[in-house]
Amino acid sequence: MSDTPVIGVLALQGDVREHLIALASADALARPVRRPEELAEVDGLVIPGGESTTMSKLAALFGLLEPLRERVRDGMPVYGTCAGMILLADKILDPRSGQETVGGIDMIVRRNAFGRQNESFEAAVEVAGVEGGPVEGVFIRAPWVESVGAQARVVAEHGGHIVAVRQGNALATSFHPELTGDHRVHALFVDMVRAVG
Amino acid sequence: MSTLPTTPQSADSPATGTARVKRGMAEQLKGGVIMDVVDAEQAKIAEDAGAVAVMALERVPADIRKDGGVARMSDPNMIEEIIEAVSIPVMAKSRIGHFVEAQVLQSLGVDYIDESEVLTPADEVNHSDKFAFTTPFVCGATNLGEALRRIAEGAAMIRSKGEAGTGNVVEAVRHLRQIKNEIARLRGYDNNELYAAAKELRAPYELVREVAELGKLPVVLFSAGGVATPADAALMRQLGAEGVFVGSGIFKSGDPAKRAAAIVKATTFYDDPKIIADASRNLGEAMVGINCDTLPEAERYANRGW
Repeated sequence: MSDTPVIGVLALQGDVREHLIALASADALARPVRRPEELAEVDGLVIPGGESTTMSKLAALFGLLEPLRERVRDGMPVYGTCAGMILLADKILDPRSGQETVGGIDMIVRRNAFGRQNESFEAAVEVAGVEGGPVEGVFIRAPWVESVGAQARVVAEHGGHIVAVRQGNALATSFHPELTGDHRVHALFVDMVRAVG
Repeated sequence: MSTLPTTPQSADSPATGTARVKRGMAEQLKGGVIMDVVDAEQAKIAEDAGAVAVMALERVPADIRKDGGVARMSDPNMIEEIIEAVSIPVMAKSRIGHFVEAQVLQSLGVDYIDESEVLTPADEVNHSDKFAFTTPFVCGATNLGEALRRIAEGAAMIRSKGEAGTGNVVEAVRHLRQIKNEIARLRGYDNNELYAAAKELRAPYELVREVAELGKLPVVLFSAGGVATPADAALMRQLGAEGVFVGSGIFKSGDPAKRAAAIVKATTFYDDPKIIADASRNLGEAMVGINCDTLPEAERYANRGW
């Protein structure tokens, strides 16, 4: 891999554009991914914010779920925000019937744990591995992590709840760094992708 | 999304109802389909089909047209039943300028309020002050000036008005093309020309300049009004809509579950005619539809609001 890794953004639904912009600012070559053959061409993948039920349905419908699981199992770096965090969880506490995840992080997530839209909020969050002070955490109908397994490392908490987790090459945050102009979390992920190459 | 002013914050005092949280919510809906539903059962069908949100209302626009009379906010019981039934976001409509209906919807915990021309306007001069709410608002627009006036009042998401309840996409196409063309024109203006453009658009100069710089609205733009088929939804996306609202088109059709899932597929793969073709097969009957040019002036919802 060259110094400029190719990073896909799962583009079935959600705030794809904002992730593409954030990745480009963090010196990656960013492109949308909707098909298995597009997934095969990227060095790393972001699963954006959006509706986790919609995304997992479309992923299953268009034959992406298995290829996604396979690549994550094989160590492709992957970063999920909000709905993306839910898709990377090995287990959902309160899944909709038949809701499947990609998995990859040994954690149990609770969907919409921080409440409905009226409870959505912004707060400063310290993220382990991100230098230069707290990031602006934008939490929108956000999930939190109920518990993590031995392999997973908690990298951020807010209000006593786990809001960011890393396990190997997989990273997940409850909040949306892509909605802020601060791309340090994306830079951290781009570094993770470079390290694999 | 544009970079918004940073909200003062500390770890101890989370800020709710900020512009970033309101507009950011709409960003999460992009690429998706928001479906009109009248009860919990329809809401579940919509969620199972892959809707990113549902719009809870007592009567779909096609029935509002048929029944006539004054159309108002829906019964809180019905809205709460829908909130209980699904885990995706729930939106609901208030009348234009009826800020008390909006207060009620906020108290019910809906995730977005649609200040909608589909209901009978309550104020012929003023829209609601949307900054006064924690719940974000989506508003309809037929052109760029109207969209920016709504954003100036606090709208966190814009949709075309279209002509709801007709099953005819022609007006939504007109509105979306109008908005896109006006944005493209602004892109070509120099700074001197933007002041006059703002005056002409009857919109705040700061917003006009922001649009000229971004080349898009500072909030998410969806299409609404008249979408009845997978190809309609894909058309709106190819014309620049970031997602689609489908009202009467689903539950006024022969096989709502199948049509809903098909419209979701076509919205995601809007640029892939093969997938749109597959999604369009054997959907049963589409809603009958109304030709907009035979619609009397007084029955045109798009003329409501200003």
